[in-house]
Amino acid sequence: MARPRTLLLRVLVHGAALLLLAGLAWAYWQGLLGPDPVGELTRRTGRYAIIFLLLSLVPTVAAALRFRDLLRVRRALGLYAFFFTLLHLLAFAGVDYAFNLAQLARVIREDPRVLVGVITLLLLLPLAMTSTNAAVRRLGKNWKRLHRLAYLAAGLDVLHYALNFKELRILPVLAGIVLVLLLLVRLPPVTRLLGRLGSRQPNP
Amino acid sequence: MKKIHPSEITPEHVYLNRRQFMIGLGALTVGLALGACGTTTPPAGSVTPDTTPPQAGAAADELGNALTAYDTVVSYNNYYEFSLSKEGVVPAARNFVTSPWEVAVGGLVRQPRTFAMEDLLALEQEERIYRLRCVEAWSMVVPWVGFPLHQLLALVEPTSQARYVRFETLYDPEQMPGQNSSVLQWPYVEGLRLDEAMHDLTLLATGLYGKSLTPQNGAPIRLVVPWKYGFKYIKSIVRIDLVEEMPISAWMRAAPQEYGFYANVNPDVPHPRWSQATERRIGEAGRRDTLLFNGYEEVASLYAGMDLRENY
Repeated sequence: MARPRTLLLRVLVHGAALLLLAGLAWAYWQGLLGPDPVGELTRRTGRYAIIFLLLSLVPTVAAALRFRDLLRVRRALGLYAFFFTLLHLLAFAGVDYAFNLAQLARVIREDPRVLVGVITLLLLLPLAMTSTNAAVRRLGKNWKRLHRLAYLAAGLDVLHYALNFKELRILPVLAGIVLVLLLLVRLPPVTRLLGRLGSRQPNP
Repeated sequence: MKKIHPSEITPEHVYLNRRQFMIGLGALTVGLALGACGTTTPPAGSVTPDTTPPQAGAAADELGNALTAYDTVVSYNNYYEFSLSKEGVVPAARNFVTSPWEVAVGGLVRQPRTFAMEDLLALEQEERIYRLRCVEAWSMVVPWVGFPLHQLLALVEPTSQARYVRFETLYDPEQMPGQNSSVLQWPYVEGLRLDEAMHDLTLLATGLYGKSLTPQNGAPIRLVVPWKYGFKYIKSIVRIDLVEEMPISAWMRAAPQEYGFYANVNPDVPHPRWSQATERRIGEAGRRDTLLFNGYEEVASLYAGMDLRENY
């Protein structure tokens, strides 16, 4: 594993996440989020969260196909997914709903979109909490099992995204297609097939 | 016939204020004051942007809700004929031709008639400050300019068989690129029960903030029914028919389990996929509790004895 390549990947992941965060914060304070800044803040944090959540699934899939470099940024991708999910919750509950608990309780009860979002966050919580090296060691084989919840969380996240529109929109459908492709590659027969195809190429 | 911009017609309260002002001065120089109203003739041509500054007769509605800023009202628009994205409507609608324009009014009426837009603008235009509640759970407060629909209906004399009013938007995929998509069946159709249509709150809007409607807001003429969700406010109307059967609206056709004929604002009847209990007033942080009939309680008698959950 070439160290410069790992470094480059890390710079890319952290750079992208921090740029998105800085850009959003700047746009919010400068009033550049359009006529509905509160809604836009919620939508953008949600969009960043689902992008990072889907990206966090890529390293494991890539590793199954023998591209192991990406594993070095898997934890960062997952934690950014969790971080943007938390920001999304903060924008929704704190800015949009101004922490009005009665209104929030009712919207969770009446709004399947919100309920699915809350479940997604609750699924991501134990994953974020067990992301330290110590937790990986302590949990052993169970760590892998626990972290398969990421696929379920991603599925719910796509549903959460799709439910937000009055009609079927292209972006949530694309997110769903990406997720299905990632899951397909994880099916053992498909992984084996793709692995064999990959091994025919001479190693660089 | 000369085209009259709604902005040239002084809302009554503005007129009254002006008169009070003049009486206060003790100077009844009416001619001078009228001269100050401005009687600019709009340039000939299809697209005539109204360059008068936005103005409204009051800063708030009758409940004390501040008006939503003009720039917000003309830049945050749902108009699927132009774009599915709210920000995409303005650029896509920029060159929409709204003059000449005709509205054909017919069906079960004694005097079917096609009105030129000029005829409709010749009716007395008044300002109405209404709350607008979108089915997507956001809201605005808009100073519309227009005239009550019942004035138009009186001119065509509905027959005794007429039970409903059916409205249709222009169908012109060349100008309205969204009509090439199959999100909804085009043209957009909406409907009201005759008593809803006759209610004095029901407006045919031709302007807002004292200016002509912009294309993105449904120029040149749109429906405004303030106690119903915004998707009932059909835009760029070309046909109005009095009918016997309940019209099937575009959204009812697309998703009958989600969008009903009545679409009355009701915090206690959630959309199957989201709550209607609260709304985000565009530009504000924190949510307002949504009011039954959007706060227009005077319409409640129209629905006496009706199950509002069944008739969503």
